[in-house]
Amino acid sequence: MPQAAIETENLSKDYSYGFLNLKTRKSLENLTMRVAEGEVFGFLGPNGAGKSTTIKLLMRLIFPTAGTARILGKTIDDVSMHASIGYLPEQPYFYDYLTAYEVLDYFARFHGLTAADRHLRIHAMLKKVGLETAQKIQLRKYSKGMLQRVGLAQAILHDPQVIVLDEPMSGLDPLGRREVRDIILDLKREGRTIMFSTHVLSDAETLCDRVGILVGGKLRGTGAPGELMDIQAQGMEIQFALTGPNENLALLAKATRAGDNYRVQVAEAELYKALEDLHAAGARIHAVAQIKPTLEEYFMHLVAADRAQASAVEVSGR
Amino acid sequence: MRNIRAVAANTFREAVRDRVLYNLVFFALLMMGAAILVGQISIDIEQDVIISLGLSAISLIGILIAVFLGVALVSKEMDKRTLYALLAKPVKRWEFLLGKFFGLVLTLAVNTAAMALGLYAALLTVKHSLEKSDAYILVAIYLILLKLAVIVALALLFSCFTTPFLAILFTAGLYGAGLFASDLRTVRGVNMDPSSLRVMRGVSYVIPNFQNFDVMGAVVHGHGVPGSFVAQATLYAALYIAIVLLAAAVIFSRRNLK
Repeated sequence: MPQAAIETENLSKDYSYGFLNLKTRKSLENLTMRVAEGEVFGFLGPNGAGKSTTIKLLMRLIFPTAGTARILGKTIDDVSMHASIGYLPEQPYFYDYLTAYEVLDYFARFHGLTAADRHLRIHAMLKKVGLETAQKIQLRKYSKGMLQRVGLAQAILHDPQVIVLDEPMSGLDPLGRREVRDIILDLKREGRTIMFSTHVLSDAETLCDRVGILVGGKLRGTGAPGELMDIQAQGMEIQFALTGPNENLALLAKATRAGDNYRVQVAEAELYKALEDLHAAGARIHAVAQIKPTLEEYFMHLVAADRAQASAVEVSGR
Repeated sequence: MRNIRAVAANTFREAVRDRVLYNLVFFALLMMGAAILVGQISIDIEQDVIISLGLSAISLIGILIAVFLGVALVSKEMDKRTLYALLAKPVKRWEFLLGKFFGLVLTLAVNTAAMALGLYAALLTVKHSLEKSDAYILVAIYLILLKLAVIVALALLFSCFTTPFLAILFTAGLYGAGLFASDLRTVRGVNMDPSSLRVMRGVSYVIPNFQNFDVMGAVVHGHGVPGSFVAQATLYAALYIAIVLLAAAVIFSRRNLK
């Protein structure tokens, strides 16, 4: 098993609120997870699930109520660890009185790069994120998408081993999202570990080796997108062609038709019986495939289950 | 040290680009107006008026910048979330605070130096020559700068744990109280019980004593300022700032960002 780049153990975060901060709300509960070196890990969850909280805890922007976390074997209290980490905050906002070049130069100084190295790296990064021509414009004139690119550039400027991106596709147009996806894939090819949170499930499906689904502050599942979908396999789909009337074939009642082509869904246990019936009726089988839910369907299933559980608790508590 | 320098330089750049130094235009106009006016109503107090007005303006403008920008040093970075990307770099939180402090003190030093030049220019316009005793104005300006550094440290401390509005109130309030710190030590109330006096005396030692930096009266009248007084004030400011910044660093290093 590859070494863990990021690992958390029972990481929890409670927030106080109300008058005199006497009430507490659990934002993250006992998160134990592991991201292997060189892996692209997607962190999925609805708003308020605890994704950003987890990332902020890892970046030491907030402090855990309980639990521990390590990045590249070092505890997150160790500031030197940040030399090997790149971080893109959610909806990043930078010093708007600086130009893109200046803001990158500022951040590069904390990594001890020489002036010549800084200059080279900054130009390479600006080119990578497509901001070469806008590098001398103050950030106050940048669009949300351009700021996101500056954020990405500062996250990877110092050649980090581990990159943590909080909603990297947020605010980007389809072209921008494609470019960010390509950058993430490039970084993956270079062997870096990437953890990113997202709402866009298709991005997670395309990019991630593994995903973790966080709902209501609890980790509800981790695994390769394909594995998670297998868990929820929903039966089989048969595609076939049939010419002429065939009123005795019961399957046709639940099939969808396009000309002579049909498509029907059956339970896995009924597959062979259905195939025999079709063979007997003279149908030509085109394809038999397992019906898997999309990651989105799996995700929605978990969120719905969590909400149902939350309302049940609320009702029983009344 | 590298990190502190980088944050300080950026803080200075922010002040310059946010046109903070535009206050110098106001100061220049004030000094020119005063020089012209005093030249017309000369009754041998031109020098006193110019020095007094100049030093008061330097102090007041400096205090306004120190309080408002001092509070914004941390709160603005938290509100705008510019701090997130920065603290994810290998930067310790206390390094960030020190960088912010020195950045604003550098801004104030440049601002004050420019105003000092303006004051001397106005003085030269009125008197047509400078005397040796006019050098004491520089001592007064140096002490004003020390006072401003203490105010910046206080503003920074308050902005580490409260809202910008309250931080401004606390800083301004403490500045007001600090103007009377020495008086609190020597107060003798007719009906005051000894325990109240002890509390008052205790408070007078905790709050910053801004009377330690006030030599305007002496300088306006051309009197010298003893070197020991300047050394004592410097030491007092350095210690007070160190303690306040240490408290700010302890609070800020445990603060959860939004």
